[in-house]
Formats: sequence, structure tokens, C-alpha cells
Amino acid sequence: MTVLIDKNSKIIIQGFTGKMGSFHADEMIKYGSNVVGGVTPGKGGSKHLNLPVFNTVKDAVSETGADASILFVPPAFAADSAMEAADAGIKTCVAIVDGIPSHDMIRIKRYMRRYTKSSKMTLVGPNCAGIISPGKSMLGIMPGHIYKEGRIGIISRSGTLGYEAAQQLKNLNIGVSTSVGIGGDPINGSSFRDIIEKFETDDETDAILMIGEIGGPQEVAAGEFAKENMKKPVIAYIAGLTAPKGRVMGHAGAIVSAYGESAIEKVEILKECGITISKNPSVMGDTVKAVLEKM
Amino acid sequence: MDIHEYQAKKILSDFGVTIPRGGIVYSPENAENKAREIGGSKWVVKAQIHSGARGKAGGIIVCDTPLEVAQATDKLLGKKLVTNQTGPEGKIVNRIYIEEATDIERELYLGLVFDRSSESIMVVASIEGGMSVEEISKEKPETIIRSKIEVAVGMQSFQARELAFGLGIEPDLIRRASETIIGCYKAFSELDATMVEVNPLVISKQKQILALDCKMSFDNNAMFRRNQVSELRDKTQEDSKEVFASDRGLNYVSLDGNIGNIINGAGLAMASMDMIKLAGGSPANFLDVGGGATPEKIVKAFKLVTMDEKVKVILVNIFAGINRCDWVAEGIVEALKKIEVNVPLVIRLAGTNVEKGNQILKESKINYIEANTLEDAANKAVAALNK
Repeated sequence: MTVLIDKNSKIIIQGFTGKMGSFHADEMIKYGSNVVGGVTPGKGGSKHLNLPVFNTVKDAVSETGADASILFVPPAFAADSAMEAADAGIKTCVAIVDGIPSHDMIRIKRYMRRYTKSSKMTLVGPNCAGIISPGKSMLGIMPGHIYKEGRIGIISRSGTLGYEAAQQLKNLNIGVSTSVGIGGDPINGSSFRDIIEKFETDDETDAILMIGEIGGPQEVAAGEFAKENMKKPVIAYIAGLTAPKGRVMGHAGAIVSAYGESAIEKVEILKECGITISKNPSVMGDTVKAVLEKM
Repeated sequence: MDIHEYQAKKILSDFGVTIPRGGIVYSPENAENKAREIGGSKWVVKAQIHSGARGKAGGIIVCDTPLEVAQATDKLLGKKLVTNQTGPEGKIVNRIYIEEATDIERELYLGLVFDRSSESIMVVASIEGGMSVEEISKEKPETIIRSKIEVAVGMQSFQARELAFGLGIEPDLIRRASETIIGCYKAFSELDATMVEVNPLVISKQKQILALDCKMSFDNNAMFRRNQVSELRDKTQEDSKEVFASDRGLNYVSLDGNIGNIINGAGLAMASMDMIKLAGGSPANFLDVGGGATPEKIVKAFKLVTMDEKVKVILVNIFAGINRCDWVAEGIVEALKKIEVNVPLVIRLAGTNVEKGNQILKESKINYIEANTLEDAANKAVAALNK
């Protein structure tokens, strides 16, 4: 989806010369993403993977015209890097890193309030697989080959469950316009609601598959938004029907602490919002197919 | 991460919240001396476990003499307390907190949590202290007052005052009450807490505002910069398998069923548990080995799951992304050389190089049941159980 990334997106890697940054930069380049350089403070002026390294995101943007970035910096420094990207004029930033303190996430979001809507960076993640627009660009760590080009938008908190969905769709010969991993943390850069709103206006997307899980108010907020504002069909699966209350299930954000946060409650509320529910994780593809056939 | 009541009290008192005089003890002799040292004529002996509702479970005993304090301590130390929050296995009491008894006039509720909708800190208060917040919101929802705090500027005095007046606190005590509320807010925001609960917050007959019981939880992701808090972790209060897992970088939650799980990714792990349930089985655990699922992690995961005696079948479900199935398969074969698995093993691999991965498993001569889809894997795991 062009609002997030497309073939022309110029990508920089923050934390470029580290092990993770190097490995995934290489994978993205192999997929065909337009990676134009990276940032590692103190290594500016050198080359890495045949691409220029800059000291600051501002330098990288002014030299390369970069408009997208992906963060591979350690959790302690991630908030700083995300704010640096926002300030340098990056349009879309993906934070892969798992382990950013919640207080830091709140700080990033408060910091970003200084920008007007049109100049505000879209932050995706943290603790996510990133974004892929199959055949166009990959700004993430997913296995690109499991995504077939097509017209379904996927939004998922979980990385591997998002892969599962893409694979099921591919097996049914259904393709994906863009897949966005919003991450498993309690507070994330973009919510389900933020992304389904973008999919609604994306002319490359016909329907949206939303893969949620226990904990937090986001799925319900997206459902209510869809009910009021969306014409495109939304299909949802919510993981964690068997998860016990009050326990963190792997993702820091996957904990049931209030009404409306368990999987059963979310499913009920989403149904009332007119969303088609995939009743179990093995029929996400089939459920999307059935909805498409009715369109 | 959770901490004990006495630890939370110490933290809050550092932030200007008044707490009753008290001290931690590890033996009855110690307890008797501590009671004399604290002074007064009535003491409360409180079992320190990571759970609320300790009173109903017999974990809180009021005593009239130092000798009784020693006897109560003796009775509680080493005991397993079962509350509605600990699960049936209960939690062991290794530490006792002795506190001077308070003459209570009013009991209030004060809680601070992250509000995920507004992405700010929410202060919740009620005049119905002593009840759990769930009970208050069910039975006396009209008594709940809330205040959303803008974290960029922190809590303002007027917000604390509004809460204090809202709780019907008398004018002479408003200032002290506001300081108490702001102290709790500062502890929350300056120490990367995720929850602070003072329940009850009491007004004593001597017109003191005291935190009589409190709980604090912290953001595990922030412990790298909170050494003083992370040192307060008490592993005896956590499930031993969960401690084993967290020390090895695995996300594990112990459950009641008998199908052990080894899965990569938290979402896929929850989804696999859901499929097991649908197939008529019951998961013994949640286990996320991480998106990477490196061979080392797979070995550790097998060790962990086989430690659980409830496990009658093991289900491995790996969706290989950047890591490849052939690499994961090698990890599994390696693990099975090191760890003896005496229960049926169902393996489902998907994603990058899946054919190669399955071929490695087949050629390795390990004893397993191959599954192709999520559904197939769950069905085969439940079927293996019933054989």
C-alpha cells in the first residue's frame, strides 16, 4: 500500500552495521526492496554491504532522500532512534525490536504529537515482523516467498500467525496487497484501527484479515471503527481462547486484565460490529475465501 | 515482575507515602524481638506471598503479645497458602512481615495502571477499600472515580486534590492525601511500574493516612535500567518451570492439560493451544521459543517440556521464516539425541524449506508423527493421547 511502502520507497536501516541489521538488510535487498543506506552513529562516511553509512538519520535523509526506515537497535536505545527518524522526516518506520519498555513507547507517542497529521511518521511495531507489499517492497523480517501478490490486506499482532495466514491464502491461490505486523506489545506505534483505516482507502486492497489476540482494547476499537466507517469487508481471528486470565502469554501485551479483553469477548463484540470471524486459526484462509466469493 | 508487600511499602515510603511501622522476619525468635522493637500493644503478622486475598487464606494474623507474634510466625513460615489468585498449588511463605496494628477509621482504594486505550496512566480510586477492584467495579461501580494523567507533564496537584475530595477526605487531611497520591504516581512513573495498588489506603483514628496493604508490578522490559527493583525478584514465588524458562530466554506458562507444546511465536502458540482444545485435548503449557527457533532454543524447550510429568504427548509446531525448516529439523534431531522423550511426538513444520526439513526428520529415524497443517497437528496430538 503506497501510504506505507511501495516499489519506490527508499529504505534506510537504523542499526545497519550490527548482526541483525546486516542480515535483514541483505534479505530485504534480495527481495527487491530499495535499500539506500543505513545509520550507525560513529561509522558515518564508511560503506557497508556496498551502501553508505551515516551518523544521523537527518544526514541519511538529506543524502539519499530516504522516506522509510527499519530499526534494529537494542531496546534501550530504540525509543531514541524512533524519535530521531520522526524528526528527520521519515514517513514510515518499522521497529522490529522486542523489549522496549512501555514507558518509552508512551514517550515516543507523546513526542510525535508535535507533528501535524500530514507530516507525522507512521510507526509500526515494536516487537513485530514489519511490513511487506508482495512483489513491491519488504520492510521487515518475514519470509517474503510465502506471500503471493494479490488484494487482501493482513494486519497481525503476531509474526508467525501472520505467516500462517499468508501461507493459507497462498495455498488457496489468494494473494496479499500488504501485510502489516503491528507487534505484540501493550502499546504500539500503530493500532489495528490505524491500519484498517489505511486499508479502507487503499485501492490495491479488497478485503482485510485482522489477526488479533487476547489483551488490550485494540481489536474492539478497530471493530467499532469498521462498523461506522468501512465499506470493505473485515475478517478476524482472535488467538487465545484457551489462555488463562491474568497471565502474560509470550507477548507483553497478551494479558487479559479487563472486560472485553478475552478472546471470547472480543469475538462476540467483533461479530456485533459486522465482522466475519474465522472460528479457528486453521480456517483463516477459507474464511477469507468465503467472504470473497460473496462479494 | 511482581514484588512482595513489604518491598512495595518500602518503595512507596521512599516516595513520601506513610506506612505503619514494621519489619521483615525469617524466624519466630526474630519475630518476637521485632514486635518488641516496633512497640505498641497489637501487631499484625502478614505472610509475604505474591498474591492478594491473603487474609481469607489465613495468611494474616492479629496478635496481642510478642509471644503470640512468634507463634503466628511459626505457624505461617514454610506453609503453602492457597488464595483465589495462586491456583490450587498455592505459594510458599518464606518471609513474614510484622507490623503495628492500625486503628482504622476509613478504608479506601487507590490503584494506578496503564490505560492502553488512552496510552496514559490511569488513577482509580474508591471509597470501598478492602474489596478487590473487580468486586468494586461489579458491586459498587458508582463509587469509582478515575483520573487520567498526561505522562508528558506528570500528575498535577489539582488532579490529586480532586481525587482526595472525591473520596470525601476531610479538609484538614486533603494536603496529606494529595501528597500520598502523588507519591504513588511518582513511584509508578519513575520506576517503570505497570501497576501500583494500595488497598486499603486507610485513614486512622489518629488522622494519619496510611498505605495498609500494597502491591506493585513492574515492566520486565525495563528491568535493565532498574537494578534496585530487579533485585527484589523472589523466584520462590514463581512456578519453577517458568523460572527455568525465563532464565533461558523462553516464554513459558504452565497450564493444567497434558499436551506439551513447543512453538515459535506467541500468536502461533496461542492459536495452536486453541486448536488443541477444539480437537478435544488440553494444553499442558504455553511455550514460545521465539521467532528464530534456533537449535539451542529447541534443545532447551525439549528439556523444559519433558520436565513436566503431566505431559503425555508433545506437539512441535514451527513456522520457519528467516530460519529455515531444515535448520529447525536439525535442531530437533540434535535435541532428541540429548533428551529422552518417552511420549508420542507430533511435529508440524511449515514455511521456508519445509520439504527439506521433513526429509531430515524422516531420515534421522527419530520416532515421530508427521503433521502438515495446524489442524492436522492438533488432531494427531489428541489422537496420540487416546492410543
